[in-house]
Amino acid sequence: MEENTISVPRVVPRKIKEKYAVQAPRLVTKDEFLAPGHRACVGCAEALAVRLACKALGANVIIVTATGCIEIISSQLPWTSWRVPWIHTLFENTAAVASGIEAGLRAMLKKERRSAKETKVVVMAGDGGTSDIGIQALSGALERGHDFLYLCFDNEAYMNTGIQRSSATPFGASTTTAPAGKMSIGQVTWKKNMPAIVAAHDIPYVATACPSYPFDLMDKVAKGIATQGPAYIHILSVCPTGWRSAPNLSIRLGSLAVETGIFPLYEIEDGKYNLSIDLPTLRPVTDYMELQGRFKHLPEETVKKIQHRVEEEYTKLTEKVAPTKGLSE
Amino acid sequence: MAKLEGELTWKDLEIGSIVVEPGNASQYQTGDWRSQRPALDVKRCIKCGICYIFCPEGCIIQNAEGYFESNLFYCKGCGICACECPTEAITMVEGE
Amino acid sequence: MAKRVGIEISAAIGEAVKLANVDVVASYPITPQTHIVEHIAELVADGELDAAYIPVESEHSAMSACLGASAVGARTFTASAGQGLELMHEVLYIASSMRLPVVMAVTNRALSAPLSVWGDHSDAMAVRDTGWIQIFTENGQEVIDNVLCAFRIGEDRGVLLPVMIHLDGFHLSHMIEPIYIPEQSEVDKFIPPYQHPLPLNPDKPVTMGAFGPPFIYTETKKAQEVNLTAAKEVILQCWEDFGSIFQRYYHPVETYHSEDAKILLLTMGSYSETATMTIDTLREEGKNVGLVKLRLWRPFPFAEIRQAVKDAEVLIVLDRALSFGGPAGPVCSEIKAALYNEDKKPKVVSFVGGLGGRDITPDGFREIINRGIEISRTGSEQEFEMFGVRE
Repeated sequence: MEENTISVPRVVPRKIKEKYAVQAPRLVTKDEFLAPGHRACVGCAEALAVRLACKALGANVIIVTATGCIEIISSQLPWTSWRVPWIHTLFENTAAVASGIEAGLRAMLKKERRSAKETKVVVMAGDGGTSDIGIQALSGALERGHDFLYLCFDNEAYMNTGIQRSSATPFGASTTTAPAGKMSIGQVTWKKNMPAIVAAHDIPYVATACPSYPFDLMDKVAKGIATQGPAYIHILSVCPTGWRSAPNLSIRLGSLAVETGIFPLYEIEDGKYNLSIDLPTLRPVTDYMELQGRFKHLPEETVKKIQHRVEEEYTKLTEKVAPTKGLSE
Repeated sequence: MAKLEGELTWKDLEIGSIVVEPGNASQYQTGDWRSQRPALDVKRCIKCGICYIFCPEGCIIQNAEGYFESNLFYCKGCGICACECPTEAITMVEGE
Repeated sequence: MAKRVGIEISAAIGEAVKLANVDVVASYPITPQTHIVEHIAELVADGELDAAYIPVESEHSAMSACLGASAVGARTFTASAGQGLELMHEVLYIASSMRLPVVMAVTNRALSAPLSVWGDHSDAMAVRDTGWIQIFTENGQEVIDNVLCAFRIGEDRGVLLPVMIHLDGFHLSHMIEPIYIPEQSEVDKFIPPYQHPLPLNPDKPVTMGAFGPPFIYTETKKAQEVNLTAAKEVILQCWEDFGSIFQRYYHPVETYHSEDAKILLLTMGSYSETATMTIDTLREEGKNVGLVKLRLWRPFPFAEIRQAVKDAEVLIVLDRALSFGGPAGPVCSEIKAALYNEDKKPKVVSFVGGLGGRDITPDGFREIINRGIEISRTGSEQEFEMFGVRE
């Protein structure tokens, strides 16, 4: 390496390769529906996830966004980064606004007041706007069966307002409202399992995704909008600012989250679980956690606790994929 | 936009403050945020486009020869492209 | 020829929604609005109204869904009351500032605590500043007529604002009255189709709801204020046109025997009808009293109020809500503010009564007027008098 380059820790080579050959990026649309010039932090994987999702969504969409990082970085008056129809209203109501849009389009189509072109309704909300303040509206929209795609961009805290905890913050992480201190390890609850909660609404398509696996993410988004009825994708969005990690490692960290089993990639299609990537062995959670300042304070026994829990949850997930034969025979 | 944002009057606003020019935020320069920038070694570049895929800004574009270059008007210098390049063709160089 | 039927006012609202060919109804039931949303649900279930009916899971979501529907160009209606109106409070501001016309019937209900499903104006007063056009009604005919006008006013290209039609909970919502239901052909001519000028549509992508830093927020609010104030012209024209088709005319301020009256009583909502009975009786007794009925609440009709009361000596305002620790009833405070700089103005006396569904009879109004006259002479230590409270 040259003298004046910044040393890039080549962490660990990516063990898991994507299904596609390296030439495949050229098969992706060159359109950028989220225009560059947006104000996301340096190395923001959420902005990347949105950018990639938009490529899979195309132009024939209406995007409904919650208050949060994505909304703030892309829509400061009098500017907009959006090249598709886009609406932001409040923090907790995106699923309800989307319900109204979907119903409005349906009603107008029926009364022949708009063209037959089927415009899809897509929600983009953060973990706060989904699993906390937004969960009511989401649950209602799912139960009513609206035809829409809900994308939750999970950066594991209320990042836009300054890294406050959410129910998606992982156990042991330090945030500003659940900080590590003399009397606390930080987050004392386990991350809320949103995909499971959503799946309990019996919707046709639920998935998890991560921009570190861009083609998997784009495939799932495409599947999501093709689904008739509600679809939900939970997208892990590495946040170097909030997680206290190096901006250039945002893709690596996403991969590590998957490879440690902390954030498994899977789909639930009509109640049937499929793993997107099979992991015969899991990396130790320390590979992932040691690169993030939000976990630095954790004593060894807490890390072991986390390791144990991750393994347990991963096993439960794999059991859902291959249920015991007794029931079906 | 003809007027600077601080010069806009209430009459200049669209109804409901709707923004009608798609993507007009692309006039905003984020390139002056960075403290390091990507340098491409074309001899190592295999034109795979992985850097293009992983750029959060969407500012890496394929030039006429097929190599992927960062648009320095927008590049924030995050270093993801350098980190992900499979042939280590990109290195981050200090300075703007 | 329009038919005159005996119909519950809530159901009449449903008929108006049907006549207006609404596209989307998103609502959450709450007493005393339930009959409205139930009747609309029946109309949809029977295919009499071709609308998407979204049984949302809360009022906050009801208004949110309505916004979304309006933003793509769908005609939207909802209804709420009391706690429900409060639950959607933040969303109300969004509807008006984002210029998304939604029509909402509010069956005015008291606010908890303690829980009260009965009628008063505290829910309406709590949403005074939300930027909606707000119209009060006093009987079933006024309700159905103004719900129809609301679509035309709100969706007018020069207005594009949401509209609230206030009707007293139970006192109006649950009453069966003889009401002329307009013909479909008449309504079709009266209400043009809804076309938002910049809807959410992939053919022409727009961004709605960008955020406003300090350098621009003020300008957005100025634009909103100018727009709401200018809406008054459209409202007046709409009522004018309505009158010429249906022979029923509405005005921002209406008066009854006020031309030579030295003593005026001001009411809003269904109490106005009860109060007219008292005015009649007092007039027969030779008392020089009249009634002022405030119909257009927002945008506030300054000129009309000033005109209506300019020759009176005493103006007694009956509020059906109070602002705790504040100056008088909310309506009275606004009237006082409207009159403050006038050279010639009556003494204004504030009464708060009829809270939580408590009736005021014609005799009650007589007491209010008499006590009001007394206070105008002797003054009072209190900012307002609470009528009918057991001490």
